[in-house]
This record gives sequence, C-alpha cells and structure tokens, in this order.
Amino acid sequence: MTALRALFSLLVFPGLLYAFPAAFFMVWLQRKINARLQGRIGPPFYQPFFDFVKLMAKEPIPRPPLQGFMMTALPLLAVASTLGAIALLPVFPASGGFSGDLVLLVSLIELGPLCAVLAGFTSRSLWGGLGATREAVLSLAYNLPFLTALFALAVTTGFSLSGVAVAAPWSVRILALAALLLCLPAKLHLNPFSIASAEQEIYAGATTEYDGPKLALWELAHALEWVALAGLVAALAFPVPHAAWPLQVIVFIAISLAVVVLLSIAAAATARLKLAQTARWFWLWGLGVALSALVVAFVQA
Amino acid sequence: MSILDPLIRTARRRSPWLFHANAGSCNGCDIELVACLSPRYDVEQLGIRLEGSPRHADIMVVSGPVTRTACEALQTVYAQMPNPKAVVALGSCPASCNVFAGSPTIVGPLDRILPVDVFVPGCPPRPDAIIAGIAEAAAILAGDRPRPVPVGMPVVSGACAAAGGPR
Repeated sequence: MTALRALFSLLVFPGLLYAFPAAFFMVWLQRKINARLQGRIGPPFYQPFFDFVKLMAKEPIPRPPLQGFMMTALPLLAVASTLGAIALLPVFPASGGFSGDLVLLVSLIELGPLCAVLAGFTSRSLWGGLGATREAVLSLAYNLPFLTALFALAVTTGFSLSGVAVAAPWSVRILALAALLLCLPAKLHLNPFSIASAEQEIYAGATTEYDGPKLALWELAHALEWVALAGLVAALAFPVPHAAWPLQVIVFIAISLAVVVLLSIAAAATARLKLAQTARWFWLWGLGVALSALVVAFVQA
Repeated sequence: MSILDPLIRTARRRSPWLFHANAGSCNGCDIELVACLSPRYDVEQLGIRLEGSPRHADIMVVSGPVTRTACEALQTVYAQMPNPKAVVALGSCPASCNVFAGSPTIVGPLDRILPVDVFVPGCPPRPDAIIAGIAEAAAILAGDRPRPVPVGMPVVSGACAAAGGPR
C-alpha cells in the first residue's frame, strides 16, 4: 500500500469524507426505523448532525486538570481509532492492503470500547463506573465469538483483509458472517444487548458525566462504530474484486445500509437481556456458530 | 465563530434535550410529560430527547411545588448542567405552589429557587402546551427570544436553608 493510497483511504473513501456523513446517516436511519416501528414519525434527516453541532457549541464544565485531560483524550482516541479501522476496510480488495491488516483492524475496533470502559471509571461517577463494568463484561462475552469468527476467516487465507475478502471459501464465510452479525448488536449497544447504556437503569452508563464537546465526541465515536462494523460485514460479505470502482462503492454502501436496517429492526423488536443471560447466549450460540466456522475452515485448509 | 453562529443557533433550536426533575409533584405533570414521547405527540420529531443525566441536558423541566427535601437537590442539578441552559416550570405547582401554598414543608414557588424561563400552567397542562413551552425554551436558547425579565419574586439565595433545610 503506497503512502498516497493510504492517505486517500484515510481522508476520502472510506475514511473522513465518506465516514462522517455516513455515520450521521446511519444513526438517523436507526432512530427513524425505531420510531416508525413504534408508530411514531421519528426525527428529521438532519437530527444527528444538529445534535452534534449543539453539543460541540456548549460550554465545557470545568474539571480538575488530569481528569479534564483524560475525559477529552479518551473520546478523541476512540474517534481516531475507529476512523483508522474504517480506513482499513477492504472496499477495493484487488488493490491495497497489507499482510496482517486484519490484526490491526481488530485492535483498532477494540480500542473504542476499551476507551469507553476507561472513560466510565475516569469520570468517577457511580453510574459511569457501573456502565464501564457492564461494558467490560459485555466485551468479554461478545469478543470470544467475534475473534473466533475472524480467525476462522483468516485460517484459509492468512491475516490479510483483502485476501479474506477475495479468497475465503463460501462455506466458512457464511458461518463466520453469521457469527459477526450476532455480535454487532452488542458492539453497537443495541437491544437486546443494550446493557452498557441501559438508560432506565444506569442513566447513560459510561458517558453519564460527559458534557458538551466531550459527549459530542462520544456520539461521533459511536456513530463511526456503525460505519466500521456495518462496513466490515459489507466488505467481507459480497466482494466484487474485478468490477469497476463505482460498482464496488455502490455495493459496499448498499450492503452497509442493509446491515443497519437489519440491526435496527432486530433492536426495535426485542427487549433487553440481563448481563448473565447475554454472556451465556454469546458463549453458547455465538461461539457455537463461530466454532463451526473454524472447524469448516480447518477441514478445508 | 461568527460564521458558524447561524448553524449553532439552528442546532440549539432543533435539538433541545430535557432533564426532568420532580420536586414533590403528584405525578400528574410527570405522566403528561411522558405522554409527549408517545406516538400521538412524538416530540422526537422536534429533536427533543429525555436524558437521564443533567450533564447532557439543555433544558431542565421541573414539576412540583419544591419541597424542603428537593430544594437543594434542584440547585445542585441545575449547577451540573452545562451552559447555555433553560428552566421550564411544568404545571401550576412550581408557578404558585397550587393547593400546597402555605404548607410548612414547601419552599416554592420555583422562581425563588431557580431562574425560570418558561411557565407552563395547568393542573396538569396538556401535552400540546408542554411541547409549546419546550419549543419556547429552545427558542430562548437559540437567541431567537430574549430571556424573560423576572416579574414575580427574584431568586433568593439561601432560600432552601432559610426554609429549614431538608426535613
């Protein structure tokens, strides 16, 4: 991957220029679908953008220096790492990518939830601590099937995203994608796994104490997670490596949005589980699907 | 900053997030506020969201005649909200103490405790009136309307302690 190409991925597509509008659009789509399924009209198209601008324009609350620094640095790190993960997505698998970028992608995606856990404890709020604890337990639950599924994909083709996107056998790919899709609601704090941000129980969870611009950065990081995770499924599900680039872009965006619609409908149709139920569910069913993908991959390799 | 000002004003008008504080209300006004979130009134169309944390909120909606127990908590929560912020007094109780006026357990009306921007009278007010009041508070935040000059009693510092504190 040349430096120019890396810069293009980071700044234009699928990085900054695509990721920011797509992030706001996906958050709006989720809220709109949720509202329509509840018989409401729902927020207007520009709502997540105006929420972000309004929060950025609020006066920050004075904090002790170290706490203030941590509470700004953690959401910034979450935004930056998620943006980096988006830039690594193999939208054009025929060109770009490098050996081992799958490992880098996983670590960048995981940095966001890790920052959220630290952020909850840094804010020194009781509710922040509770939300952070739940987030940490939840990430133990969903990461086992998530990482197993990615490992199953990598067994046959090596730890390169474009290699996985082009060459992973379909029997492994379908099982692994099913396991990834099962993990996405938990990663995005959606029902039935919205335990870490359960507003009826622990207010806003880890972000309870975050105000104004700091909260805006968290909202942005969360919206970018939508783009990254929906994009990961889209890039691995249906690659068209030999098509012209506009077709590749259109297929990528269309499948991303289809994933968002699917997750939103599932979230609107379900109620929240308990933490123990969630862990059991992921280690039984999630891991079951992911392990069967791994077995099939080893048989084929 | 001046180039961004119109955008920020529009954003403030279209995205008011509420924090609801119950200061000894009978729950009548609280239920009417929750009714605003229902499919019939659906305030999410206006960008209104009910937030659990005062740190996230722009508008504090207070119901109830302000009891001695709730008085200092109200001031603490108001201080926790980031600027710019507004206060909406929901129902007749925070406006006049309603049937509780003269009770030794009541510190209200609310404008002795906090600078109130919008009064929504009624016992309880209809959801339409509540939505209109919140929209007016959002217009004040956006700078479309001036903040009202207090006509009744000014905010009294130490009103909570003067009433004898909690219990």
